[in-house]
Amino acid sequence: MTQPFMFERPLGLRDTLPEAQRSIARLKSIFRQELQRWGYDFIKTPALEYAETIGRASAIEDSQLFKFLDAEGHPVVLRPDMTTPIARIAASSLRKQPLPLRLAYTAALYRSQRKEGGHPSEFEQAGAELIGDGTPYADVEVISLMITLLEKTGLRSIRLAVGHVGFVNAFFYDIVKDKETVKQLRNLLYNKNDVGFHEYVASLRLSNHSADRLNTFIDSRRMDNEKTLDFLKDLTSGSSIPVHSYYHHIVELIQLLKIDHLEGNIDLDITLMPHLSYYTGFVFQGFGGGLGFPVASGGRYDDLLAQFHRPCPATGFGIRLDRLMSAAGADPVEQRKKAIIYDRENAGKAMQFAAREREKGQAVVLQHADGIDDIEAFSQQFETIKRFLKSEETETE
Amino acid sequence: MMSGSVITVAMPKGRIFGDACRLLRDAGFSLPVTFETTRKLILDLDTAPFRFILAKPVDVPTYVEYGAADIGIAGKDVLLESGRDVYEMVDLGISRCHMAVAGLPGHRSKNPYLKIATKYPNIASDFYRRRGEQIDLIALNGSIELAPIVGLADAIVDIVSTGTTLRENGLVEFDRLMDISSRLIVNPVSYRLKKPVIDEIVEKMIRATEGTKVGMD
Repeated sequence: MTQPFMFERPLGLRDTLPEAQRSIARLKSIFRQELQRWGYDFIKTPALEYAETIGRASAIEDSQLFKFLDAEGHPVVLRPDMTTPIARIAASSLRKQPLPLRLAYTAALYRSQRKEGGHPSEFEQAGAELIGDGTPYADVEVISLMITLLEKTGLRSIRLAVGHVGFVNAFFYDIVKDKETVKQLRNLLYNKNDVGFHEYVASLRLSNHSADRLNTFIDSRRMDNEKTLDFLKDLTSGSSIPVHSYYHHIVELIQLLKIDHLEGNIDLDITLMPHLSYYTGFVFQGFGGGLGFPVASGGRYDDLLAQFHRPCPATGFGIRLDRLMSAAGADPVEQRKKAIIYDRENAGKAMQFAAREREKGQAVVLQHADGIDDIEAFSQQFETIKRFLKSEETETE
Repeated sequence: MMSGSVITVAMPKGRIFGDACRLLRDAGFSLPVTFETTRKLILDLDTAPFRFILAKPVDVPTYVEYGAADIGIAGKDVLLESGRDVYEMVDLGISRCHMAVAGLPGHRSKNPYLKIATKYPNIASDFYRRRGEQIDLIALNGSIELAPIVGLADAIVDIVSTGTTLRENGLVEFDRLMDISSRLIVNPVSYRLKKPVIDEIVEKMIRATEGTKVGMD
């Protein structure tokens, strides 16, 4: 085996240098403040979880899990998402807490990637989960919260695509009456393969009417919200009760979003199909800025908590901090540091001065002159330099 | 990137390029006459806010997935092989061909596992995995037909359009894997941020594909 170089990191992992780390810290503090204002409590979960529970429930592909054995020989995974660990907590440690629960987090997640740049194996995510409320009001709250968080970061041209997995499943099942076929159709949606979808529908030997309903379903992506709603109404006439009730959820959600003045950001796209299979109802993805990838995603997962023996509805979202940073563009967070260079004679004076400045909130580097190798290079890093030296006491800009 | 409302289109150079240009003109894009002959890699239209980038066909899905291009024209072979996260919205019906397994007639393998040479390792391994056959893959970059002739491989997995190349090299087709044609692909985020413009292009391309000529200024 070839030896790694000293500076190498394991595949897919990367260092975050001070400038990027400052940007991340800024985003996190914006999120922390806003989430607290909405009454969400922050929690933390361990990076390692049992593969049998979280690994399986998280619905992340096996090949994407970092899986190994802990000291006792149990298979464990590095957490690939936060929704599942939070569901575990809501169903165990917080079992006695009255519902609905409002929980938030920022955490690093781990998904092994074989692909190239822009797909790191470790990334930070901020998110919120609203557990125990099955009404569309809860869906509106998390959508509204997510948009607000993105707006607060200064991200431009924010768009949210909203779909409904429950509707899609019920609608497909109504037509094809076969779970395996529904899964195939759903997979084609997930792969964004419209061409393949039409081909597959043609291969199913459905009646012209049924094939037509499936084909126009996928073409509805190209309609605006009003048209989509009208279209869904026509499409679902004569459908089963579940399809109808989901349709009414969708109408209700769009109306509520209008009341909340968010409809302008929303693109109702009933063909939206996320990769996480635990979603059961509304699903959404957030876009913005100049990035080719979604910055945020979320949705309703009403069956997940039942896996931890506390069946209850839930909805939530996560925002990818790494992607948000690229999407929002370079946003250098200015850090005005002051340097104080001192010598033995002036140590006391310099230290007191530094303490006073820090008390005022000023970032201060206190540096003994003998510890500086290259005074020129050192000085360039600072806005202001104050010298407490034997012969001089000056401040230079 | 996705600045303003300019739509960046990634075009495949080479075999598909002529077909793609004809279709774009049918869809109403007034492409300059020099379009097919220029050596420039980036071309802006004077008449409409469109920028064309000319890329190697296998790279088109990459440009589109990362959002360096909003939309692109790519062969289904390339899409299947790369597995990129893009919308495959329209079967353009151009540059039709098919993916096939081919080799020397009557060839009997002496290898414990079939040796398969190909430019499409993912497609080939997927095909044999589904069949339950274990194979040894040999990745090549071109002139795949050489491999069985010089004994590098038992068979090849490659695209076949007219079959002339196979015939002239004395090879025959064993299996037909799938039909291939060019597709209109769209970056998922561009689609959300520039929906009205992209929807219009998609509609026009659908109509052009059906052979109906429509205008676009």
